[in-house]
Amino acid sequence: MAFNGYQRDNDEATDEDETPTKQMRSMKEMPKRFLLNEPNNDTTTAASGSATSDRRLSNSAARQRMELLGKNRPPFPWFGMDIGGTLVKLVYFEPKDITAEEEQEEVENLKSIRRYLTSNTAYGKTGIRDVHLELQDLTICGRTGNLHFIRFPTHDLPAFLQMGRNKHFSSLHTTLCATGGGAYKFESDFRTMADLQLHKLDELDCLVRGVLYIDSVMSSGPSECYYYENPTDPEHCIQLDYTLENPYPLLLVNIGSGVSILAVYSEKNYKRVTGTSLGGGTFLGLCSLLTGCSSFEEALEMASQGESTRVDKLVRDIYGGDYERFGLPGWAVASSFGNMMSKEKRESVSKEDLARATLVTITNNIGSITRMCALNENIERVVFVGNFLRANTLSMKLLAYAMDYWSKGQLKALFLRHEGYFGAVGALLELLNPS
Amino acid sequence: MAERDRVDRSSSSHSMDKSITLPPDEIFRNLENAKCFAIDIGGSLTKLAYYSTVQHKVAKVRSFDHSAKDAAEDKLYEISEQEEITARLHFIKFENAYIETCLDFIRDHLVNTDTKVIKATGGGAHKFKDLIEKKLGLSYARVDKEDEMTCLIKGCNFVLRNIPHEAFVYAKHADSEFRFQNTHPDIFPYLLVNIGSGVSIVKVESEDKFERIGGSSIGGGTFWGLGALLTKTKRFDELLQLASKGQHTSVDMLVKDIYGGSYGCLGLTGDLIASSFGKSATADTEFSKEDMAKSLLHMISNDIGQLACLYAKLHNLSRVYFGGFFIRGHPVTMHTITYSINFFTKGEVQALFLRHEGYLGAIGAFLKGAEEDNPNQYSWGENYAGSSGLMSVSPDMNPMQRARSGTFDMLEMDRLERKLVNLPLLQDPSSYIPDTVDLTEDALAREYWLFCFEEALDGVVKRALASQPDIPEATERAEKFRQKYRHKLQTLRHQPFAYGSLTVRSLLDTREHCLNEFNFPDPFSKIKQRENDMALKYYQTIVKALELLSWEEKQFALVRGVLAGNVFDWGAKAVSDVLESDPEFGFEEAQRQLEERPWLVDAYDQWLERLKGPPHKCALFFVDNSGMDIILGVMPFVRELLCRGTEVVLASNSGPALNDVTNGELQILTGRIAEMDPVIQLGLKEDRLTLVQSGSSSPCLDLSRLDKELAQVVRERKTDLVVIEGMGRAIHTNYYAMLSCESLKMAVIKNSWLADRLGGKLFSVVFKYEVPPGDKHQSKDPVAPPTPS
Repeated sequence: MAFNGYQRDNDEATDEDETPTKQMRSMKEMPKRFLLNEPNNDTTTAASGSATSDRRLSNSAARQRMELLGKNRPPFPWFGMDIGGTLVKLVYFEPKDITAEEEQEEVENLKSIRRYLTSNTAYGKTGIRDVHLELQDLTICGRTGNLHFIRFPTHDLPAFLQMGRNKHFSSLHTTLCATGGGAYKFESDFRTMADLQLHKLDELDCLVRGVLYIDSVMSSGPSECYYYENPTDPEHCIQLDYTLENPYPLLLVNIGSGVSILAVYSEKNYKRVTGTSLGGGTFLGLCSLLTGCSSFEEALEMASQGESTRVDKLVRDIYGGDYERFGLPGWAVASSFGNMMSKEKRESVSKEDLARATLVTITNNIGSITRMCALNENIERVVFVGNFLRANTLSMKLLAYAMDYWSKGQLKALFLRHEGYFGAVGALLELLNPS
Repeated sequence: MAERDRVDRSSSSHSMDKSITLPPDEIFRNLENAKCFAIDIGGSLTKLAYYSTVQHKVAKVRSFDHSAKDAAEDKLYEISEQEEITARLHFIKFENAYIETCLDFIRDHLVNTDTKVIKATGGGAHKFKDLIEKKLGLSYARVDKEDEMTCLIKGCNFVLRNIPHEAFVYAKHADSEFRFQNTHPDIFPYLLVNIGSGVSIVKVESEDKFERIGGSSIGGGTFWGLGALLTKTKRFDELLQLASKGQHTSVDMLVKDIYGGSYGCLGLTGDLIASSFGKSATADTEFSKEDMAKSLLHMISNDIGQLACLYAKLHNLSRVYFGGFFIRGHPVTMHTITYSINFFTKGEVQALFLRHEGYLGAIGAFLKGAEEDNPNQYSWGENYAGSSGLMSVSPDMNPMQRARSGTFDMLEMDRLERKLVNLPLLQDPSSYIPDTVDLTEDALAREYWLFCFEEALDGVVKRALASQPDIPEATERAEKFRQKYRHKLQTLRHQPFAYGSLTVRSLLDTREHCLNEFNFPDPFSKIKQRENDMALKYYQTIVKALELLSWEEKQFALVRGVLAGNVFDWGAKAVSDVLESDPEFGFEEAQRQLEERPWLVDAYDQWLERLKGPPHKCALFFVDNSGMDIILGVMPFVRELLCRGTEVVLASNSGPALNDVTNGELQILTGRIAEMDPVIQLGLKEDRLTLVQSGSSSPCLDLSRLDKELAQVVRERKTDLVVIEGMGRAIHTNYYAMLSCESLKMAVIKNSWLADRLGGKLFSVVFKYEVPPGDKHQSKDPVAPPTPS
């Protein structure tokens, strides 16, 4: 289990894991109204009941501010979680405006979580904090701080839950807002393994909300949204910022393990147009079967070194050039993996070629379905998100190319820097501003 | 993407197996006068098309010169069997390994040809171009490569237009896995999704207007190529076989693998695939070849289905045909594509497949080469005797066996002398189904009728022999006929879907085609002649007797007359037994056999009421048998209509079928009757009685394939009454046919099994008088007919 490494990585955390129960007691002194989910644990309910009255005695400045600025502001820690088929995405808000008084009041447990998350960039063997995505000096709900973006594989969720249990996360009485299929699938695991009650949220609601939010807060500084200029000309293809003012209507294509395509008309008005099962999971799944690679990064690395034209059959392989009768250029793929029908050619391709062909096949297919949806829905702007695109310039350029070329410039492919984290951001927003 | 280069076969396929012995004379038929060759060479199969003429016997009748009066016997007309030349299209499909042998055979047998150009299409066309030119020794000839997609579309239009029940829906778990579609009168527009190594999506708007609106690189080549990499299995068929045994759920990530259950608010069920191959991305387990092949098949079929639906939606098309080697008769892929289409369109679009899908390229290439003969200006009919029919796709039969049993597959189409069109009086041509019972779906009825036809076979053979008493080799031909038809019946027992939906009509038509095949054009000619002679003698007596009756009595006697006449039917076993044993069985006896009123279906009162009203403008009468039926039953009825002031159009078969009266015979008979009857004579003279041919040579009647001239007459005369007579035309077919004018369906049930089914008994009467809704003559008290199912 990758998350076993938590304790080795962070001695401080290890120490604090053994924090005596006195700390817990004070942590239970959270006003009950902040608990979105009524705890069904008898002892907890009883404890929080008595703690509430204790708490009323203290009348700190922090408390005053909380009451002024956000009656409904939940207690720290603020998390948003998106448990997908392959990856768990976690966003964590680190308050930077903590007053001395607050600091003093902050329970050790909470402090340790904050320190653990913010002072590391890798957790266990597979947990990673995408430092380059961190949003600094962000003000949410009247608090200013940094938003951190963390991910780990879904199959390591048990280790994460174990960590939560070891760190007595449940004692913080925070509401854990979670979305993605895993929020449903693992709900009981959260309860039994970590004594945590999940507030489950719809993944598409969260996705749309997250995208619109991140784009809005990124208006200063580097743009969240970008596109490729001259996508059909590799020599002059450059990445440029794009201002997503008046974003509607918008086709939102989320490429995770599978793909969902949404038509978004406003924050509250969107529909799932269709989806395809040929997504990131297919790329990685086929790659690992074909090449023996074991991670997305490895698969991408191999793909970057391969040549898909040895694997795919192109129009020119069949027609010797363009198929003019139907306006098909010679370079277009006629049959993905089509050359692999021949034994000799199967024997002559490299693993890198196969990885590249898999990437190209999956990406072009998503492009093609997206384009058809855009036509059917009469939408000209397409935003591609999802972790399939993480560090995957190859696919993004392919998508940009495909959108531009086949639509004769009518469609624009847009990308967002926080690719796969929008669901988790949406979940966090739900915690702070229940809709 | 077009599949011009569908397959890269390993070099071994170039070595031709010359040791294979063919029964080529049964396969490459009528080569003597063959011309307009076209060839479509695909990845594994070659399709050859040619146009030829067939010389065969046809029965002709010719009136004697009665002024001479020297005819020894008192015969009315002379029967002769003449040689006639008709055009036929031959299509043969065989494995590429046979190309060389086949070309040799063709070269050796090709005479009288002026073939200069051979049209070629398909991925293998360029590879075999030299071989074809060399083998056929046509130093002056050349092989012309034709655009594959153009050929495909041309071929598709041709089969959709000319072959009823060409298209079908595939339903894996239904009683009959094929559900054949009626030919829509207007075949355009449609979407053709051709799944070769890649996928091409083509919108076809008219004969010459089509456009490739899209495609995908994920196609049959992807299944094959990727499948070969994943499973180390080389052959496409084997991959499909692996897939049919696998479980995709061990490889794919399902919605329930992510959610633990269904994603309720989106209506996504738990079993839906969320990510194809998603489990192989994370799990370190080994996956079975079967499971991977299955997952791959699902992935590709779903993807193609989804794109097809998106294109269909964008272009607002509801008819989507699938073809290409990925589909070609493979139940596994037809099933997954059908499933995908149903899922993505929620049933709004049906995935349609074609019986002759494999021939489209060859047919199209042929049509391009034969443009000077203009095949598209004619109507064509599938010849059941010369065509193999759709292969079984039973899962018990593995693809290898299927490939072997289907080594040679043939399709023959006869050029029909006349162009066939819809009866203009059909209420809704697009929903018209001629046949009353679909034997493909009704297993009990199928059993019965197959048995029935098999039992009747000896009698038919005997009759055929008797029709050519002076020809010594007739015995041999009759025996060949027996074998061929028996074989067809056996095939149909196992593959009732071979020629589209199996119906009593198709069983009858197959028998006629087989008889013609062995040069028995009209086994009943002599019987018909004898009976016509006999009946003519009674004509005047009958007419006189009718004149003595009161008006109301006469109307009833006329109807009973038609029904009694209709008892004389050599096609019905119960009757032919009687006629055989008692040659004196007469009109009077027949009337006594008839059921008393109320009949099984009895709308006589409504009919009588209607007769009290104004006369019809024009009646179209589809006649049935010769002899008593036409002369003593139908003619007096027609006579009465003429007297009422109604014009009459008598529609009879163009060619012989059983003892049905043919147009040729009817011309002579009517002439003779006119000599005896001034009413008929005047009718003919004033052109108020018209004889037309139906365009059919079947004992049944397909109102969507009728002679163009008939349709024109019907329109010109403003026909407002259609009379359909006989079991074949009014019960086996057209029982439920809805017409836009009044109609009368009259028949005597001469088959106890059928009578039983309809809730009656032998010689029960069906007298159905129908008025279209909203017609001013609508009867107040319509009789609800029993349903024959």
